[in-house]
Amino acid sequence: MDAHAHASDPARQMRAVVGSQLIFLTLFLLPLLGLLFPAHLSKIVIGDGLLLGIVAVLLRTRLFSTDHKVIGVQFLITSLVMLFIGGSLAMLIRLQLGWPQHVKYAQGWPHQAFLVLEKILPGGFPSGGGIMDAGFYNMLFTMHGSIMIFFAIIPLLVGVFGNYLIPLKIGAGDMAFPKLNAISYWLMPPAIAIVCAGFFMQSGAAAAGWTAYAPLSTTLGPGQVCWIVGVIVLGVSSIMGAVNYLTTIINLRAPGMSFFRLPLAIWALFITAVMVLLATPVLASALILLLLDTTLHTSFFLPAGMVIDGVAQAHSGGQVLLWQHLFWFYSHPAVYIMILPAMGIASEILPVFARKPLFGYRSMVYAIMGIAGLGFLVWAHHMFASGMNPTLGTSFMASTMVIALPSAIKTFNWLGTLWRGSIRLTTPMLHALAFVSMFVIGGLTGIFAAASPVDLYLHDTYFIVGHLHYVLFGGSLFGIFAGITFWFPKMFGRMLNETLGKIHWALTLIFFNAVMFPMFILGIAGMPRRIYDYTSYAHLAHVGGLNRMMSLAAFCLGAAQFIFIVNFFWNLCFGKKAEDNPWQANTLEWATTSPPPHGNFPTPLTVYHGPYEYSVPGRTDDWLPQHMKA
Amino acid sequence: MFSGLKTQDARLETEGRNIRHESCVLSLGSLFCVTALLVWLIAPRSVWAAEPPVRIWLPEGITTTSPAIDHLFYLILWITGGVFFLVQATLLIFLVRYRQRPGRVAAYTHGSSLAEIIWTVIPAIILVFLAFRSQHVWSSVRGTPPPEDLRIEVTAQQFAWNIHYPGPDQLLGRTDPTLVDEATNPIGLDHQDPHAADDLVTVNQLHLPVDKIVLINLRSKDVIHSFFVPQFRMKLDAVPGLTGHLWVKATKSGAYEIVCAELCGLGHYRMRGFLVVEPDAAFQAWWTQMVKEQG
Ligand code: HEM
Ligand SMILES: [Cu+2]
Ligand SMILES: [Cu+2]
Repeated sequence: MDAHAHASDPARQMRAVVGSQLIFLTLFLLPLLGLLFPAHLSKIVIGDGLLLGIVAVLLRTRLFSTDHKVIGVQFLITSLVMLFIGGSLAMLIRLQLGWPQHVKYAQGWPHQAFLVLEKILPGGFPSGGGIMDAGFYNMLFTMHGSIMIFFAIIPLLVGVFGNYLIPLKIGAGDMAFPKLNAISYWLMPPAIAIVCAGFFMQSGAAAAGWTAYAPLSTTLGPGQVCWIVGVIVLGVSSIMGAVNYLTTIINLRAPGMSFFRLPLAIWALFITAVMVLLATPVLASALILLLLDTTLHTSFFLPAGMVIDGVAQAHSGGQVLLWQHLFWFYSHPAVYIMILPAMGIASEILPVFARKPLFGYRSMVYAIMGIAGLGFLVWAHHMFASGMNPTLGTSFMASTMVIALPSAIKTFNWLGTLWRGSIRLTTPMLHALAFVSMFVIGGLTGIFAAASPVDLYLHDTYFIVGHLHYVLFGGSLFGIFAGITFWFPKMFGRMLNETLGKIHWALTLIFFNAVMFPMFILGIAGMPRRIYDYTSYAHLAHVGGLNRMMSLAAFCLGAAQFIFIVNFFWNLCFGKKAEDNPWQANTLEWATTSPPPHGNFPTPLTVYHGPYEYSVPGRTDDWLPQHMKA
Repeated sequence: MFSGLKTQDARLETEGRNIRHESCVLSLGSLFCVTALLVWLIAPRSVWAAEPPVRIWLPEGITTTSPAIDHLFYLILWITGGVFFLVQATLLIFLVRYRQRPGRVAAYTHGSSLAEIIWTVIPAIILVFLAFRSQHVWSSVRGTPPPEDLRIEVTAQQFAWNIHYPGPDQLLGRTDPTLVDEATNPIGLDHQDPHAADDLVTVNQLHLPVDKIVLINLRSKDVIHSFFVPQFRMKLDAVPGLTGHLWVKATKSGAYEIVCAELCGLGHYRMRGFLVVEPDAAFQAWWTQMVKEQG
């Protein structure tokens, strides 16, 4: 084969994109080595910066593309790497929670693990002897939460699937604004760098939780400032992406692709983009005010009369609860930004493998709209115990009860889709089913939290940590696994290994539940969240064993993810060649080659049907692609 | 039922590798519940230190309002538990019943308005019912407090609870942040104020008389903390710049703990207060003793 043929083979190109992206990210994250060799930090950073510059020039055609598929894959690789980093932080959190008193029993592998960690991260163990610092623990869960939400789940759902699927599924050649799209990706690495820079500072990384409640967040120093700036940058990136998605979906649909013929994944991404556009500017403004309070000592969130460490503060006129209202005005919609695309993915995959039209297409669309609309009216349910006026609590309790309804409707419609189908349990299908099953637990536990008097007890306990992991890991992440395994053949022109995929799915599901379900028991027992050592509390005397079991399960959960990594990269290079439409699905992305060429569709397509015409009576094939006349 | 499945499985043996593979995954899926249960039952016993057995339900409630909250909790648990089993069982049954088999053709249907109306209306009724129940309990817990027998002030700070008792005049002395001295006057009590003369300030020691309505004014000096006594089923944030109000009528004497439930910095995990609920006479005796000690 000559060089020209190589360059024009899309599958090869995609592999090259992944390779260049990995080289870039490795160099980009290399300064983290500075944590191991603090003395050589400046040498590492300068050398690495030079290398990064050279690589960026050499690989420029691979790195800087405006093709939506390349940008989608770049988002994919970057956020999978961040998922890995966020997951590693979770392992450290679990180590501490499993063995908070390990020094007392100074033998056994957990103690050894602490000692090894001390060698790797001496900054986190200032007092030696393998004792983790409480402040370091606060940084761990803060960075874990922030990385997972801002750099893993949101970019995976919105960045990856938004970019990759929108043009392909609506029959367009690319995004409406390809350059804006590229910028929205290239803002992400700087945002990551800024947020993580805190690890190199004397006072450490951000440590006020992913919610960054004022006034604590204004007292923490430069690491927290980095966090604020980084999240603002990421917000800008999200807004750019959202504008692009909306314009593309409204303007670039193929002929015949009316709104009510859009696949649900596109509907979900469309409504998500609306939410991003309306909510993210509020977060950005709030963050700017917080930044001013922190750096210029303004008083937006800081009231008169504060005495910190014995020193009377000169602030006056600020409102502490204002931060929470602004933050949750963004972040409650944000939790739906983190689930709607996953719901869309599940709605895409279930019909394909049940070989049956989606049950209640229109009510699924209206349910998404309902969730989005109501999602803006429930934010203060995070503040039942905040001391806000109890009457406000009543109205937010009522609106929160209402928002559970569209989620229930969606669940029943998914079950309806399976009813009388002909179900094939492929890896993507298993992940989509796990999504449904786990989301149900997440949603139902939300009702406990919605009942305001019960939330007075459960708020800020592990019950809430359980709830949010069932929606974000059980829901969003299983949705992401479903999406990746489903579209991998399209993205890279290769098939994943089904056996490895199923083993990964089974282990993930088992260990996920073994880690997260006991959290409800801990919460009911009254164990507060964000706590470094619970052993001194009398009412928690019985939870140590449970915590150790959860930690062991968490380590197994982490280990199981290597199966996914192997499956992904091995088959990217050596997997069986994928057909254009390996799952025999209807939507337009399957009407072009795997992977699609630049410009996606060699000839423009016209759409004649809705997206879920499976098992249409009187046909020999049990699928009817959107672009084919019956 | 299981033997039926088994013969069916045996029949499938002959029907191609593909399907065998999938039914094997199916059994894996149902194994999952069992495994999770086993892991959960066995693992907690592998402890180093002797620990009390795992308690699954709520700790005991000791206020007049806690039974209503517990009742609501268990009501929601029954309802959501029922929905949980219904949905998961339906899912599993569908996966087994409607799995791909040779000759099986999926039904061609886009939905059913009747079914959708039913499964919209029923959850709606349940949710409205829960909203009314919640509102009822909420107003009894967080609504206008009943007239109190004792009013105290709790001022949270990094990382301690300052408890301020009014003394026999039942009036709390004035406080002023500029008078704060961390060693001698943590809440900045103004000793010029006549009401302050009989006041008592303790650190992390909260004593309450049993069967008396106590109103707690909750404040914070620095960052947000949260006053949480699990046995009260109650938690309220101590917010700088605001005064929160919280009332309790404890019905059972005993020693309990105050937990800080809002991340407040390095020492958040050890911001623990001690709560003693005791008969009025014992409470008075403790109070007199403390006043004497503080001179
Ligand atoms: C059935 C619908 C849902 C209801 C009724 C519900 C209700 C609630 C309530 C009342 C809280 C506040 C609890 C507290 O802090 O005391 C909460 C917390 C939370 N919920 Fe949900 N929720 C629902 C679905 C979701 C979904 C779909 C997601 C995300 C994909 C989600 C993510 C979260 C997160 C991340 C938190 C914790 C935030 C924090 O404090 O860090 N929830 N939920
Ligand atoms: Cu919320
Ligand atoms: Cu605290």
